[in-house]
Amino acid sequence: MIWPIDLAILTLVVIVGIGALMVKDLLGAAILFGAYSFMMCLLWTVMGAVDVAFTEASVGAGVSTVFFVGAVFRTSRRTKD
Amino acid sequence: MKITGLIVTILVGGLLIYAAADFPAWSDPNSPASTYLSPHFIEKTMEETSVPNIVTAVLADYRSFDTMFETTVIFSAGVAVFILLRTFRRKEPEARHYRHVLTGVTMRIKEGKLPPSDDFERIDTLWTPPDLIIKTVCRLLIPFIQIFGLYVIAHGHHSPGGGFQGGVILGASIIVLAISHNLRTVVKRMSEKLDAVLCAVGVLIYAGTGALCLLLGLNFMDYSALASVLFVDPIMARSHGILIVEIGVGIAVMCTMVWIYSNVSSRGRYEQGL
Repeated sequence: MIWPIDLAILTLVVIVGIGALMVKDLLGAAILFGAYSFMMCLLWTVMGAVDVAFTEASVGAGVSTVFFVGAVFRTSRRTKD
Repeated sequence: MKITGLIVTILVGGLLIYAAADFPAWSDPNSPASTYLSPHFIEKTMEETSVPNIVTAVLADYRSFDTMFETTVIFSAGVAVFILLRTFRRKEPEARHYRHVLTGVTMRIKEGKLPPSDDFERIDTLWTPPDLIIKTVCRLLIPFIQIFGLYVIAHGHHSPGGGFQGGVILGASIIVLAISHNLRTVVKRMSEKLDAVLCAVGVLIYAGTGALCLLLGLNFMDYSALASVLFVDPIMARSHGILIVEIGVGIAVMCTMVWIYSNVSSRGRYEQGL
């Protein structure tokens, strides 16, 4: 484990996670959530859990983002709260 | 409400961080998991199952019961989305739109419908012509994505991957087709009924393999019982058993992804997709 990379990814995970919660635009939140999944995927790879990283990349960053975008497209783009 | 949520989150998060201090340190050789459990898997997996990738062996053989219910969870997710979103219209909309495939002429028929033919295809009311570049690129890419998905399923014994990842990649290739063309193109190739049936078939392959072991006289999910059916020695039978259940998982996951996508993107009406 290389600590500068680890630290950088962990910081980005926290920033992107808070950003996905804070942003008003739901489409933006969906894309930020995809970025969050991708950062988690990098984190798994750094820790040596390649199988989990692969699942995270395909399910989290790939298909679930499409589902979120589809759901946003079919409902509303702005949050009420 | 927001403040309450924040307080609850901070409390639970603090409790979690406090509890995590009791965990053994990362890669601690004296932790309970590293003293007797991991060494067994690391040393014995190859001779017991002849699978080089320990993760696959643990997931689909040693802890196959867990993975079976994970597949069931995916299946239930598909069924839940179907029950929540799918709406069946009592009567068909009166006007139907058709497009002549060769010339691109569209027409609207007020009542009745055209007999099925290759010259005309039915289109949605809000149909827009797919972009040529996107359509061509996706058409070129989809076969490679699917080959990669099959490779991931079949090569899960030796490299990272397996049924879940391969199934998701296969499902994603079909979702790409739906995005680049339209939902109707996908439904024409893979109907809703086929989707739902294949979902169940995937879970059935998994559970059926386990039940077959039971019928052949060993424990549920003990694939070495399959040796007499597959004509290989019991160690190789465990490796083949893993492949069989991974294929089941792959089919179930692929169809669930397509099923969820079609329901979400079309508000459960199966027309006018994304």
